[in-house]
Amino acid sequence: MPEIAVTDAVATEAERNAVADSIMLQDPGQISFEAAGPALTFDGDRVARSGSERIFNRRHLLLPVLHDVRDAIGWLSEGGMNEIATALQVPPAEVYGVASFYELFTFEAPSAPDAVHVCDDTACRIKGANELKGELSAEGHNVHGSPCLGLCEQAPAVFVQRTGEAHVSVRSATKETVVAALGGAMTNPVAPVPQPTEDLTLLRRVHNAAAVDFDGYITTGGYGALAKAVSMTPAEVVSHVGDAGLTGRGGAAFPTGFKWSAVAAEPGPRHLVVNADESEPGTFKDRVIMEHDPYSLIEAMTIGGYAMGAEQGWIYIRGEYPEATRQLKSAIAEARSKGMLGDNVGGHNFRFDIELRLGAGAYICGEETALLNSIEGYRGEPRNKPPFPTTHGLFGQPTAINNVETMVNVNQIMMLGGEGYAAVGTEKSTGTKLFCLSGHVAHPGVYEVTYGATLREVIDLAGGPTGNLRSILMGGAAGSFIGTDMMDVPLTIEDSRASGFSLGSGVVMLLNDTVDFDDFVARIAQFFRDESCGQCVPCRVGTVRQGESLLRIREKGSPIETERKMLDDFAMVMKDSSICGLGHTASGAILSAIDLGLIGGHS
Amino acid sequence: MTFVDIPVEIRSKVTISVDGESVDVLEGDTILDACTKAGKITPTVCYGPTVTPVNACRVCVVELEGSRTLVPSCSRPAEEGMVVKTDTDRVTDNRKMVLEFLATSSDVSQSDDIQGWLGDYKADLDRYDPETTERMTDEVKIEDDLYIRAYDRCVLCYKCVEACGEDAQWTFAIAMSGRGFNNRISTEFDVTLPDSACVYCGNCVAVCPTNALQFKTEFDLRKMGDWRPEDQTVTRTVCSYCGVGCNLDLHVQDNQIVKVDSPMDHSITSGNLCVKGRFGYQYVQNRPS
Repeated sequence: MPEIAVTDAVATEAERNAVADSIMLQDPGQISFEAAGPALTFDGDRVARSGSERIFNRRHLLLPVLHDVRDAIGWLSEGGMNEIATALQVPPAEVYGVASFYELFTFEAPSAPDAVHVCDDTACRIKGANELKGELSAEGHNVHGSPCLGLCEQAPAVFVQRTGEAHVSVRSATKETVVAALGGAMTNPVAPVPQPTEDLTLLRRVHNAAAVDFDGYITTGGYGALAKAVSMTPAEVVSHVGDAGLTGRGGAAFPTGFKWSAVAAEPGPRHLVVNADESEPGTFKDRVIMEHDPYSLIEAMTIGGYAMGAEQGWIYIRGEYPEATRQLKSAIAEARSKGMLGDNVGGHNFRFDIELRLGAGAYICGEETALLNSIEGYRGEPRNKPPFPTTHGLFGQPTAINNVETMVNVNQIMMLGGEGYAAVGTEKSTGTKLFCLSGHVAHPGVYEVTYGATLREVIDLAGGPTGNLRSILMGGAAGSFIGTDMMDVPLTIEDSRASGFSLGSGVVMLLNDTVDFDDFVARIAQFFRDESCGQCVPCRVGTVRQGESLLRIREKGSPIETERKMLDDFAMVMKDSSICGLGHTASGAILSAIDLGLIGGHS
Repeated sequence: MTFVDIPVEIRSKVTISVDGESVDVLEGDTILDACTKAGKITPTVCYGPTVTPVNACRVCVVELEGSRTLVPSCSRPAEEGMVVKTDTDRVTDNRKMVLEFLATSSDVSQSDDIQGWLGDYKADLDRYDPETTERMTDEVKIEDDLYIRAYDRCVLCYKCVEACGEDAQWTFAIAMSGRGFNNRISTEFDVTLPDSACVYCGNCVAVCPTNALQFKTEFDLRKMGDWRPEDQTVTRTVCSYCGVGCNLDLHVQDNQIVKVDSPMDHSITSGNLCVKGRFGYQYVQNRPS
């Protein structure tokens, strides 16, 4: 590494202690993999940068240390970042470059130690979020508008980022409950799953408060799936996952079995990464699993580790999920102490452990290669693909990346067998699927249905729409608006695709005729503008230009036909030439809103 | 840059199709290399012969059979049997949009290449309402006598970051900061250059495609309306400071050195210099008047 030259600013004693404590706590001894040398070997000046050329060092501690210093001090000062740069041997310009990428870090002494992040995104916006934000600002709190906080069924939502104390989310927030949280009141999450236990498989433990403890998990059948898995060879486990037809539940619906067998075929060391950076507006299913059944995720990951020969598991959870983070942290520690994680898992002669990493406010880190860069201590900018993570993933090593919901399905596959699992649902969409119902619906929450249920059936499960239903946002901001004529479409991957929309991460947000769609769609455009990493030109500029186009329609009376031509051009270049899925999907909702006549109605 | 060179003689031949024409390149070469070999003119901004392409600008995109989206030719290695198209409407339309995006968000008037491509691809900049079209409007940073930073001209191509970091200098004085449209190339905590880790090698200036980084001499002359490239001579010489023997290209106008660079294709220096070679030329012109 080069010599680290820092500026003259010196850390305070509190900052120095925070850095030292943080590094000590990280316990890098937990991490077993070796330094990864250059893996791409030919004519390197022409090969796209990927994780492969980065030598593993303490750099990957950067994000956790930034978190710890922010949490102890309340913000990141020049002196504090100099201390981090020196301690981790990361150039200070890069420390600043990484820190400034994330929404949850600030660089000036705040007006109040605790930051109040009020979700003013889609679902909360139609449930009084802006009014709440105004009330809290008027009282002089340190208020920030926030993208979706993943609490859409309990809107409006607030994330209280405290200093020196545990962070907390406030659900169905009022001014009073937020003030109470600032005073230390904690949230006890209630499972927002209105279905009775007998109708649930993936979610069967969520109503059982005891299941968040190790013993309660065991008495409800926990670790039965692992027992089945270790009675087979790793290759057999992988083929069951393939036979099951399991597809990714994060939005892309990629066959999980392909991914696993590809990683298993690569030389080790290998990694299993769980993407718990659930940030798609309207999505909250993974949070419910992690808050109410954390061991099911740990068990499923352990099976994945066994199947692929991956000794290191990682969970990358978004920083705005404090309750889920606490549950996972304690569950991982407990599983370790019970011998269910570590050098000899359950006495089955294999090693597997899990490292929990927190995001810091960046939707883009849900893109799998951005997530890898974030863990490695770099800016959460997506990598160019190929090479794919299955061959060049975390630290350049073979890596499987799966969504939380996808992962817990693995337990179910072990219990039913691959073919047994595949018998559930339709031929191409197997198993059960979680849908996140929010907005103008009688009983918002997570619903688990067997693939094949129609949109109407899913909405009926939630008690039907409230008010006069105008449109449904499917798949979140990266999805599209659909009309009420789609009610009888079965919510499967193939049927939704044939009808021109995507299930994405399972968002079903109902919007009635009280919604100001001009405002609502403008917020979606703002979301993409805020969340674009800015690396590639089509997305960095395109997300700005499409927002401007909407503004001209709305405020300058610009004819929709003129703007539509511009918007189509923006959409084309974002879809065709962006590096990653954010740009590819950033225009879908906006164009669908115009197609349905939800906006631009004055022309 | 960290890479392992494979001697040319053991790199195998790769044959790909570019617009229906069969082109032979070597293993490790990119689609861009194949396009160039086939005589295609491909616009590039973030690509440079001496830096790792971050493939951020996306202006070099081509159609690749079997790929859902277009691919950046500058950083996609050619593989046997690839079928590439560069002359389709889809490629032209996408390149045109990228160029429109570049020209409506940054001041690209000092990039002759981009100006040329804007014409070639019939970019329509007039359709962007200036009142509602956000641009980078940063004030020029003049912090020393050596070079200036005009980030309203920056297209965020990452070349300077690469040159300051792993590709050449290993100083890491600048990095991308912020996010999205607020991205900026920045020193640590945005301090001034003299306060930063910068060692003034100027290797960032050498790779900048839009003059966002510029010799102070050139900046001043342009400001006075006296920058006359047509009246300049370029003299190649050898730097006299140490024994490495880097080549220097001295750009001279009115018998004064106005800019120094180094040939990019030099096998040892790849266009890079140190502060002495790049900026330490005043003694040459310290003549009695």
